[in-house]
Amino acid sequence: MRITVASGKGGTGKTIVSTSLALCASASGRTQFLDCDVEEPNGHIFLAPDLSLSERCVVTIPRIIEGKCTYCGKCRDICRFNAITIFGQTIMSFNELCHSCLGCFLVCEENAIARDEREIGVVETGLAGSIDFVHGRTRVGEAMSVPLIKAVKKKARQDVLVIIDAPPGTSCPFVETVSDADYVLLVTEPTPFGLHDLQLAVAVLQKLNIPGGVIINRADLGDDRVEKWCAGVGIPVVLKIPFERGIAEGYARGENLIQSQPNLRQPLENLLKELVR
Amino acid sequence: MKEIVVLSGKGGTGKTTFLGAMAFLATNKVLADCDVDAADLHLLLAPEPRQENEFRSGVKARVDSTLCSACGSCEELCQFDAIEMNGEAQINSLSCEGCGVCAHFCPENAIILDENHCGTWFVSDTDYGPLVHAQLFAGEENSGKLVAFVKRKARQLAEENGAELILVDGAPGIGCPVIASLSNTDAILAVTEPTQSGLHDLERVLDLAVHFKIQSFVSINKWDLNPPMADEIEACCRKRDVIVLGRVPFDPAVVSSQLNGVPLVKDNDGIAAMAIREIWAQLRDNVAGD
Repeated sequence: MRITVASGKGGTGKTIVSTSLALCASASGRTQFLDCDVEEPNGHIFLAPDLSLSERCVVTIPRIIEGKCTYCGKCRDICRFNAITIFGQTIMSFNELCHSCLGCFLVCEENAIARDEREIGVVETGLAGSIDFVHGRTRVGEAMSVPLIKAVKKKARQDVLVIIDAPPGTSCPFVETVSDADYVLLVTEPTPFGLHDLQLAVAVLQKLNIPGGVIINRADLGDDRVEKWCAGVGIPVVLKIPFERGIAEGYARGENLIQSQPNLRQPLENLLKELVR
Repeated sequence: MKEIVVLSGKGGTGKTTFLGAMAFLATNKVLADCDVDAADLHLLLAPEPRQENEFRSGVKARVDSTLCSACGSCEELCQFDAIEMNGEAQINSLSCEGCGVCAHFCPENAIILDENHCGTWFVSDTDYGPLVHAQLFAGEENSGKLVAFVKRKARQLAEENGAELILVDGAPGIGCPVIASLSNTDAILAVTEPTQSGLHDLERVLDLAVHFKIQSFVSINKWDLNPPMADEIEACCRKRDVIVLGRVPFDPAVVSSQLNGVPLVKDNDGIAAMAIREIWAQLRDNVAGD
């Protein structure tokens, strides 16, 4: 089973919730944790894994062999991302625009395009206690994160509970991360920003037909607009976490919820039982 | 004309709160919200849309089932796992990146590429100056292109109005929309918080700034939640020759101003508002100069 923790709005507490859930789950069975927030992965701060393996994640890009190129322009024409340009007898490829669709390779009749690769980041794996830990980390300056998220998700085990930490936002990295989840927990805060971004995230889940529930973090620092909205559209609020200076201070030190607020262990365990049932 | 982008790496550190305050404090500027997949600035600035337009970018593949022979060649060619054979080719439009390879090679010409309407952009009036903002539809791609578009529009407006400043609210992370928000930018204000995650993500933003050779400044928000960590962040910035403009204390007034939908510094002399006023004055002197 895959439970993905996501949010829409950043900074609502996704990572502290997902890592705390993984810790709870690992007490009673084998658990895997995947950090798919590959631009800014933070799960390792709370789980302190021993990262024993690092693998490069690469995408395929074209390298044009000038000697064979006849400047026919077919590769330029098929590329919808403007990654290939021809001026007279000069051809250039702009690799950071390439989406690796392989169209240029397929249309070239002269075998003038060789496969090259661009490293977009690394996938690192290891053990955090008994938790199988995996995260991706994009190369700084790299715009493309979806292939790296796919590479992290490829590590997902079928035979154990998998807890996934998603990136913020609601566009392609978020969609890729939640796309085959069995259940999505949306962590939000009871503020106008929290509600607005929650509404966007819920719209994506509905489009994808994935069931989800809401966790309201810092539940007493705001008002009841999130709860009212959830009740109105029929999305369950599965957990409320109050604002405690102790949690904030613990978080700052890299402590998960169970360390900073031991009384949250029971509600988290109950939530897991409910979901995994 | 100078342009400042507010970033954070980590979400929820106070980017939009900060930008909302700067919108109130700065004079003669144009505002742009470049967090197009979770835009929130409009919730603080109560914009009156003057212009509302469709944003179209790229294409999405669609199958004409009367022509599809279910040969499966498109499924084989698609690098994005967006096509599944189910009696006929079926396209998952959320996975389709619009490369058009399937359409190009379909022996039956059964695949049509439709222009993709993926969001809406607005030019609005606010009490604090014009705002260019946008909303990408749920689950869409091309956020980088929409960001680039919003920025172009804001610059054009600034030139028309003779504005001296463009203030940009950026997205979290360091990927596609953030990179797109950095073109033509004079300075980055990186807003962080005194947590391990805050520091980790800040360092990635500062690395990105170095990568694109853009000067960055730092504000440490909610610093009193962990003073030793705030010191550690300052030390890290000093090592990198990055100026820390100031520290903003934790203040419940930040949440209440959001609940009321007004910029924090409006009619407010609380501790966070005062700190932000000072940081803004320094940022303005550093970026706009004399």
